[in-house]
Amino acid sequence: MQPFLSGVAFVGLYGLSYGILLFIISIGLVITMGLMRVMNLAHGAFAAIGGYATIALMKSAGLPYGLALACAVVGVAALAVLLERAVFAYLYSASDLDQVLMTLGVNFVVIAFLTLVFGPNLYPAALPPSLRGSVDLGFRSFETYRLFLTTIGFAVAALVYFGFERTSFGARLRAAVDNRTMAQAIGIDTGRLFSISFAIGAGLAALGGGVGMGLMPLEPFYPLKYLVLVLIVVSLSGTGDVRSALGAALFVGLVDTAGRFLLPEVGGFLIYALLIGLIVWRRDGLFVPRTAR
Amino acid sequence: MIDIRGSAALDRYRPRWTEALPLIAMAGGYVVFSNYLVFAASVMVMAIFALSLDLIIGFAGVLTLGHAVFYGLGAYGSGLMALAGLKDPIVNSVCAALLAAGVGFAAGPLLLRLRGIRLIMVTLGLAAIVFEAANKADWLTGGHDGLQNIEFSAVLGRFDWSLDGSTAYVYVACWLALAVIGMRIVISSSFGMALQGVRENEARMLVLGAPVQAQLTLAFVISAGLAGLAGALATETNAFVSLDALSIDLSIYALAMLALGGIGRLYGALVGAVVYMSVQYFTQELNPAYWMFAIGALLIAVVRFGRGGLLGSLDALWMRLQAPGAAR
Repeated sequence: MQPFLSGVAFVGLYGLSYGILLFIISIGLVITMGLMRVMNLAHGAFAAIGGYATIALMKSAGLPYGLALACAVVGVAALAVLLERAVFAYLYSASDLDQVLMTLGVNFVVIAFLTLVFGPNLYPAALPPSLRGSVDLGFRSFETYRLFLTTIGFAVAALVYFGFERTSFGARLRAAVDNRTMAQAIGIDTGRLFSISFAIGAGLAALGGGVGMGLMPLEPFYPLKYLVLVLIVVSLSGTGDVRSALGAALFVGLVDTAGRFLLPEVGGFLIYALLIGLIVWRRDGLFVPRTAR
Repeated sequence: MIDIRGSAALDRYRPRWTEALPLIAMAGGYVVFSNYLVFAASVMVMAIFALSLDLIIGFAGVLTLGHAVFYGLGAYGSGLMALAGLKDPIVNSVCAALLAAGVGFAAGPLLLRLRGIRLIMVTLGLAAIVFEAANKADWLTGGHDGLQNIEFSAVLGRFDWSLDGSTAYVYVACWLALAVIGMRIVISSSFGMALQGVRENEARMLVLGAPVQAQLTLAFVISAGLAGLAGALATETNAFVSLDALSIDLSIYALAMLALGGIGRLYGALVGAVVYMSVQYFTQELNPAYWMFAIGALLIAVVRFGRGGLLGSLDALWMRLQAPGAAR
């Protein structure tokens, strides 16, 4: 019984911290996919830039971790506004194929940029000493860093949920996700709504890249490496709403951790097979009632 | 009543003289680029792979990013056959293409239920799984080292694999010519027209009573077979297979080539492969990051400005020259 319980505790803790990180990185894409139906395969690039910027600010400007993180988030959000106007706005009326080609192009440009500036290898994470070591949770010890990550993650999730469900901005956003034409007809400026949520989503991804660098190491190919994982979360969460995105992200985190824990040899990719099967089977997402066909 | 005479879709297909150009170029290339025959053969292999992508993405409108799986199946299939003692390149190529087509037939019905982001995600995910599985199964695939020192017997029992690549060039050129002519026939047939109909408006094709799912599956199978053929040819001309043959990057680079040449125009695959690989080949001393940057910028530019890639831009230029003032 004892090993079983400790196994459950391990999978639960590590899976939750991993899943909540996936949520922070993916939520922006879930919402923009739901809102504008733009397949932004470059979403992971925002996370990569956020992570790189955080470390660079700490190393070169000597900023403390928290401040560097905040600057990176704001910087990436600003960059996203520019990119949205310059590149992505063009994609709203474009075909799926054009969206894929262009956002892959953005990925390549970012990867090349990161390689040229920071080198082709792993960019080592520079977490402050206070996040090293572990804490005692009563029933087992847990890495301080993971605890920090989980706390930040759930705080962000709560904030996003509140913003999405309880503010008038969130109400307009939900209306536009459900029925864009109708939302426009009653006077909601969906273009501006999209710019704002795109920037927030990119900023959250940057936050994910910055706090998650211990879990998802930074390297130039980061945007492509974690693309599949982010897309799995987006596909499983169905239409852009925060609750199903949170559920899908935690589910992926838990299942992935359980797979690696129980079947160390093959768990890494068997789990992908399971998740992909799930997407084929439930085309509309995990938490959406199956529609009669 | 609408005058429908002269509408391309309704006419019986008649070859134009320009369509002989690629074949002439392949023959001429043998003389002109005699110092680069090995490289030229690899360009033509990629052209075949890009052609297979053009059928499924350009003509059928099915957006898949996992086609390297079929290329890799062909590459490993032919290589493993040769290591097992079956060394005839033509037989191996045909078998590898059939193997890839068979896997396409098995996977098609599952994948083709999906559209949009889910299809992209699932094809990307499956490609990642196959890559990882091949990496782990090193007893079969050689893992990270790949399969090395594969020997093939002479083509048709007469033409030995020469070091200067002349046999490889002619061998691949013949396959490419066959592939281009075959594709021309497929896309000009009523089946090819139906595929383009599905791409333009799937719901309408369904309402018209077209067996959309079956047509897409057939297109997927043909495309998978062609990709498998390209992989087999790569193994036969290089005498080794590496895990790169299965990598997602390969699918993405082939898509970039296709976009550069022009998607959904058949010859775009050829032009794109030649231009893309030549530029890459002649700038290989530079930092690969510059090349990556160039591909990215190019993809953005093709979508933003040059609709239809190089061939599409040439078309637009041609029309402008033909009818000054009437240009769009």
